[in-house]
Amino acid sequence: MAFRADAPSNSGPIAVAITGAGIITSMGQDISENAAGFRAGRSAFRPIDLFDTSRQRVSTGGQCEVPATSPDPRISKKTWDRMDRGTRMAWMAAREALAMAGLSGGAMPMMVGTSAAAMALGETYFKQAVATPNQRSGQFLRVETYQPQQQMAGMARQLGIEGPLRIISNACASGANAIGHAFHLVRSGKAERVLAGGYDALCQLVFAGFDTLQALSPSGIPRPFDAARDGLALGEGAGFVVVESLAAAKARGARVIAEVLAYGAATDIHHLTQPHPEGDAALKTMTAACEMAGLDSGEIDYINSHGTGTPLNDIAEGQAIQRWAGRDVSKIKVSSTKSAIGHLLGGAGSVESVICLMALEGQWLPANLNVRELDPVCTFDLLRAPRDTKVRTVLTNSFGFGGANATLIFQKEGGR
Amino acid sequence: MSAGISVVGIGAVSAAGWGVQALCEAVRSGAEIERSILTRESFGETVNTPVLRVPEPGANVPKFPRLRRASPISKYAAAAVIEAVPAERLASSLAGEFRIGVITTLMNGCVIYSNRFYREVLNDPGIASPILFPETVFNAPSSHLSALLGSTSPNDTLIGDGAEFFTGLELAAEWIGRGEVDGCIVVGNEEIDWLSSEALRFYSRDYVPSEGAAALYLEAGDHGPQLLQVPDPLTFSGARARVDAARQLRVALDANDDGRTLLVDGRCGVLKHDQPENLAWVDWQGPKFSPRRIIGESLGASAAFQCAVAIDAIRSGQFARAVVTSVGGNEQAAGAVFGARPEPLSAVVKRPNAVHPSPS
Repeated sequence: MAFRADAPSNSGPIAVAITGAGIITSMGQDISENAAGFRAGRSAFRPIDLFDTSRQRVSTGGQCEVPATSPDPRISKKTWDRMDRGTRMAWMAAREALAMAGLSGGAMPMMVGTSAAAMALGETYFKQAVATPNQRSGQFLRVETYQPQQQMAGMARQLGIEGPLRIISNACASGANAIGHAFHLVRSGKAERVLAGGYDALCQLVFAGFDTLQALSPSGIPRPFDAARDGLALGEGAGFVVVESLAAAKARGARVIAEVLAYGAATDIHHLTQPHPEGDAALKTMTAACEMAGLDSGEIDYINSHGTGTPLNDIAEGQAIQRWAGRDVSKIKVSSTKSAIGHLLGGAGSVESVICLMALEGQWLPANLNVRELDPVCTFDLLRAPRDTKVRTVLTNSFGFGGANATLIFQKEGGR
Repeated sequence: MSAGISVVGIGAVSAAGWGVQALCEAVRSGAEIERSILTRESFGETVNTPVLRVPEPGANVPKFPRLRRASPISKYAAAAVIEAVPAERLASSLAGEFRIGVITTLMNGCVIYSNRFYREVLNDPGIASPILFPETVFNAPSSHLSALLGSTSPNDTLIGDGAEFFTGLELAAEWIGRGEVDGCIVVGNEEIDWLSSEALRFYSRDYVPSEGAAALYLEAGDHGPQLLQVPDPLTFSGARARVDAARQLRVALDANDDGRTLLVDGRCGVLKHDQPENLAWVDWQGPKFSPRRIIGESLGASAAFQCAVAIDAIRSGQFARAVVTSVGGNEQAAGAVFGARPEPLSAVVKRPNAVHPSPS
């Protein structure tokens, strides 16, 4: 990661692999539970009991089951108690990813995406600071543990990871950006392997924020790409992967889950919260990623869409897919897994990447649930039910508030 | 060798005023800037917090529709960017002929609107303002900057402690080196209110919370001071590890105390904050600045101010190089080396009189 002006230029791009993946969502606490749920076409929404939703228009979401006590004897009660909810989920997903990769920590950078970070601790701090301004009890600890770099540095330590930490906060694209950063570090030879992922936990401020924007579906059921879709559902969770040079993975006998072929990033400057109506930035990232991968749109088997279920997002992404795929559009299979677990914000891009990896492993595709009448923008093959099929190359889109757009492409090893 | 990275422009908005000149004059003079007191009352109790605020903007905020409703942090960042990016580059970017990437670093971010919005939510979520919420998101300032520049190039917001800005510089060098962008603006930015200011003083009552933004505009080439090195940040946890990290950082930076190298350190006048750098640089006899002692502790913006001061000093012709260091509060020790012109670092670091403490 270090920069030296007198360093020799790298000779060329290095093949990049994924050797480990971990996930926690409202669907389940690991890969197997999530794979079973998505393959069965289940949805995982429930009443939120983490904070008061009684005065909100919506009171449900993709709330996870997070262990109240440390699930690992190496994590003390004190350490677990000081982890915020999001970090606990991140730790669980990261631990699974490292175990799958056959690693027990080691020297590697860690790239993490988050949007809300430990906001819930900030909320508690705020309430006490307002109610009892000169009551300092517990406040220092809240200030300290509210900070994502403190949480993530602590998580790295618990995982035995030694190396630079980079926290990317590009709203709902953060998790994908983190994997993209890791991809570039490995591809350029700056790192042999990187732990990368994203996380976010439900919290009152963000939940209320989406509610004030009337972005939440009043029914609590998101219907991405439905003609009468009326908003998203919020969820929470984490997804982590071990990104590694293909050569290094093979040298240590690691199993390669997939190759990472490309990452595209661009900025939509149309509006702070609304995408360009024709999806210009989404088109740019998908096109850039395909160019980097050396693929035509027709060679992409599946798109895990950003697909929030809001009227503006889905039409913009649909337009972008149409423009990008051209005559191949009817062959492109698309689904939004947010229909099953909600929008995980800073965790969405990495969780959806892990879902893509599960699909490549299992040779099935997850469904876009809850669609009653297709939006006319769906000239692609929207998967309204899970499908067993041959899957070789997948693409995942992530778009965020502020216009951060990201696309990642994964492929079965030897898929070319 | 890879292509050199030039610092083509700098900008700053600080407690010293709007513009790099105000910042650098304040740091050079060493004179104390007048503090103001943030006072709040809640449930009959009063809390006073001394702070260093950015002066009223006057006409210094760029006229741009998105900034009308934006939080002060975005206005500071925008002003710093407009100062740093050369006018012809801005025009080319707006015309879609030049790709400028945007990287912002911060720790607290948009606390003012977060504070206001959450208070509204607690009062009655049904009437909380939908205008405030989007401005609470960490990457709202960087989004506004891309829009201001008319740039659809990559845009990343990095969160970290007070040493995060160096990661932003390293990332910019990555983007430029890969040819993803033609230029890149790296901005450290923060704003303060009672919430963040009181929070900082839980660490020490001696901290003077501050705010503002500083920006470095980078391009490939040799048409400006050079970014010579950004070593890997040294992550740590705990006070003892901060000391070790500072020592290791000094070794990694290979700073040469030759009288022509300026040290711009991260000391702010708070003993427990400063101790690692005090120990790591105890033998430094050469020129040095400690900008945070003058303009206060502005967290994610502080190291950016240091870098702007370093570049200004190199531009003045007084110094051949500048070494900038910072030991953040709870994540990392990091730094960078800038030079007046391209030069192999090996030539810099092999001088016989270089003295380095051993890493512990």
